[in-house]
Amino acid sequence: MTSNESGQGQLFAGAAEADMATKKAGKAGSSQKSPAKKAGSKKRTETAESMAKRQREISVSEFFTKNRHLLGFDSPRKALLTAVKEAVDNSLDACEEARIAPDLEVKIERIGSNEKQFRMIVEDNGPGIVKTQVPHVFGRLLYGSKFHRLRQSRGQQGIGISAAGMYGQLTTGQPVKVRSKAGRRAVPLEFTIRIDTAKNRPEFSDKPIEWDKKHGTEVAIPMEGEYRRGQRSIQEFLKLMAVANPHVNLKFTEPDGTVTEYQRNTNELPHEVEEIKPHPHGVELGILLKMIQESENRTTSAFLQQDFSRVGPTVAKEICEKAGVKPTTNPRRLDAKTVGRLKDAIDDTKIKAPPLSCIAPIGEDLIIKGLKKEVEADVYMAASRKPVVYRGRPFAVEVGIAYGRPGDTLEMTDSGKIVASSNKQKNDELLMGNADEPVRLIRFANRVPLVFQQSACAISKAVINTNWRNYGLQQPRGALPIGPMVIFVHIASVWVPFTSESKEAIAGYDEIMDELKRALMDCGRKLGKHVRKGKKLANEFKKRNYITMYIPHVVEALKDILELDDKEVDKATTNLTDVLERSRKL
Amino acid sequence: MAAKKKTTKKVAKKAAPKKARKPMSKLDQVTVGEINKCADHVYGRIQKLDKPELKFPERSLKNARYDKKGGFVMGRGRIERTLSVNTVKTFAQTLKLMAMSKEMVENDDFATKREAYYVSKNWGEAKFGSQPESDTAMDDIEALFSLQGVAREQLRFRPEDHGGNVAGALVVIDRDRETGAEERIDCTRFGSGSYTIPSSVEHFKFETKAKFVLVIETGGMFARLHEHKWWRDTNCIIIGTSGVPTRSTRRFIRKLSDDKKLPVYCFNDCDPYGISNIYRTLKVGSGNAVHLNKFFCVPQASYLGVTPQDIVDFDLENATHPLNDVDIKRAKDALKNDPFFHAHKEWQKAIKMMLKMGVRAEQQALAKHGLNFVMEEYLPRKLAAPKKFLP
Repeated sequence: MTSNESGQGQLFAGAAEADMATKKAGKAGSSQKSPAKKAGSKKRTETAESMAKRQREISVSEFFTKNRHLLGFDSPRKALLTAVKEAVDNSLDACEEARIAPDLEVKIERIGSNEKQFRMIVEDNGPGIVKTQVPHVFGRLLYGSKFHRLRQSRGQQGIGISAAGMYGQLTTGQPVKVRSKAGRRAVPLEFTIRIDTAKNRPEFSDKPIEWDKKHGTEVAIPMEGEYRRGQRSIQEFLKLMAVANPHVNLKFTEPDGTVTEYQRNTNELPHEVEEIKPHPHGVELGILLKMIQESENRTTSAFLQQDFSRVGPTVAKEICEKAGVKPTTNPRRLDAKTVGRLKDAIDDTKIKAPPLSCIAPIGEDLIIKGLKKEVEADVYMAASRKPVVYRGRPFAVEVGIAYGRPGDTLEMTDSGKIVASSNKQKNDELLMGNADEPVRLIRFANRVPLVFQQSACAISKAVINTNWRNYGLQQPRGALPIGPMVIFVHIASVWVPFTSESKEAIAGYDEIMDELKRALMDCGRKLGKHVRKGKKLANEFKKRNYITMYIPHVVEALKDILELDDKEVDKATTNLTDVLERSRKL
Repeated sequence: MAAKKKTTKKVAKKAAPKKARKPMSKLDQVTVGEINKCADHVYGRIQKLDKPELKFPERSLKNARYDKKGGFVMGRGRIERTLSVNTVKTFAQTLKLMAMSKEMVENDDFATKREAYYVSKNWGEAKFGSQPESDTAMDDIEALFSLQGVAREQLRFRPEDHGGNVAGALVVIDRDRETGAEERIDCTRFGSGSYTIPSSVEHFKFETKAKFVLVIETGGMFARLHEHKWWRDTNCIIIGTSGVPTRSTRRFIRKLSDDKKLPVYCFNDCDPYGISNIYRTLKVGSGNAVHLNKFFCVPQASYLGVTPQDIVDFDLENATHPLNDVDIKRAKDALKNDPFFHAHKEWQKAIKMMLKMGVRAEQQALAKHGLNFVMEEYLPRKLAAPKKFLP
């Protein structure tokens, strides 16, 4: 399940090219795909007929077999992570839609003794999938429930998990195995699924099994891969997933048997989102034409009111008037030119912003809970913006910050002494950098961590363009600020505009950039207060150290002149220390 | 009782050779008493859980009042140094120096300023970073105790200064430090060399028939007048200061002039430094040492030359150099802030004239008219009319 328009554009470009080639077959030499040169030594002029022999439909599956990098399967290491990500996305979406608190198990294991072959297994406690759908969901590209609706979910297009299966089949020759139990009384089944890449159809078999589980799904994909830890690893991805989804329980088993458990610290599921109809302002001409073709409404006015959100009789009438279309005209009778006028009229008309109930932001409280759970820091803060709209699609931006490595900072005790905070711990923190390193930026779209292409992402640009010096941090020109800090940025939307199908970076629409900037500033202001306080304390600590460094010398000189005994010296030292500390109240 | 305990401790610590303690002189007892009093004050504040503080006389021209008879006199300006972040290091160092001073008095020893600076290297974090730091702290202590009439010599800190050079019809009566016997030093009998003023001159007596003392800024000019035995021909004493006269040189001139009722004439470069630093310091003292001017200034001195008017009178215009920025700043500063120049219209006129001409002239500029022009022409002409000298 994948991405945005541009992705879609490319996706269909393949098919469209093939189509066009068929249509334009008469015009020799126009096709770029022509492998004509293969003929080699024999010089032969192509004819329309000779070319036509080679021209045929390209299936989506075949297209992706050749272009697997578009889906995030470009290297063995990344492929393994992408597969986990797609499977986890699906599991979480399914659980949340069924209002089940997700319990997931992710396991990566080696196949035999092969260094490069792994089996990825993701099991959930979701509602399961009914028998007839399983082969399609896992064995067919572009098959899913999420593409045709406007509603916030992790998956968007129905490519991901089947692409992972296809990649596995391609690199190991082995089928995908799926177990599913769709409800308490359903029979648990195990499916073995192969994808016929030429037809984009699954070939499968199923058999009932014993499975001690109330309901749920388990998918196991054998694939070529490379397992590593550290940055941009599966381990990090799951940790980030746990940050943005504090309601999830997740158990992760690595190939060497190491088990990591991410415990939920809230039972609050993301609130249920409503599906919305498209907002007229987000609609492009091609989509408008398609909607007209598919509409059951027989008048333009009814079409506008019922196939779009936020259009009432008055607005519909206004649009029709501006476009010079009778409201009672059957929309299917409108020619392309008139539909163009209709679109212009829509853009020209004031229409209420789309309903925001389709968005489920995480919320400031849960962002902080999530950060606390997985990132050890001195202080946490979050800013959650109200949803707004880009191109007719609602979205919301949220920012969270975890600042300060525990033990690196100073605290003031009630008696006015300054001490290093006591919870100093060994640093094996994956997410938080050192005080002299750039901050770590963690990006999320619809609660899914984005681990690749950081520099191409609108979120990074917004963070870099924010002036963090205002909030007491250092920041080299055109770079991330410096400090012991994690910046968490989440964009929730019914349709997140990714820059590619592998869903790695977000496109920088003006409205999105503006909201990102505001959210970062909101959170930055909260941070500024804390940083300034810390700096003041550090400065004071330095000064007091300076004082205590010289106190013994003052007392020693007095001792030499006045011949004080040890008791008097000790008393004078404590007195002097007290006097000076008292005089430096903050 | 305290002293005894202390000695044993010091011996153990430094393994210094044990030597029989001479009973302290009365002066030394006063010094130790004042040091104890000061430390007691600080300790008392600490016991009362108050912030300790010390009040130092302000050492600057702002705190100087000009008295025509006695030079610069210290005003009532005081700087209160309360123990705080900014002062804690200096505070510790000041007390350490006082402790050191007390120890030296008790052991009848002394330290030069530079030695004191090196002693501080043993103080850990409280050590001085550079000698100017230790000098400043020492000057503060000196000023603090000068209020009680205790001089620096009594605190056992000595300057490193090289003394001025003396030649002429003068017998200095010194004492042998070991035997106490009288030592007569005839300043005419140093051949091509000259007598050097030592750092302590308080016990000196003089015998002379000279008519005046000429104080010369540059070593070169002193050498010329000495080489040609000019002092014999004019029956005078010449003293070369090589720049700003040291304290002992100033004290020597003052004592000599007081004892023998001799006029003192100054022969300097005609530039703001020669006038406002060298001559002014000799005559009335400096802002930095305002607390000791009463001993060290020579109020009876007057300025023979080179004056700005001399540049015109002796046709030296083409032997001058333009004033640089520092010169101009120094001259303007003297006009604006220096109570000495405020008090003398003649000086204001002279400095303004120099500023207007925009040039300075060195003593050696007189060589333009011949190497010995200064002895044959310049000085005789000037000495013919001492009333015209600048005050």
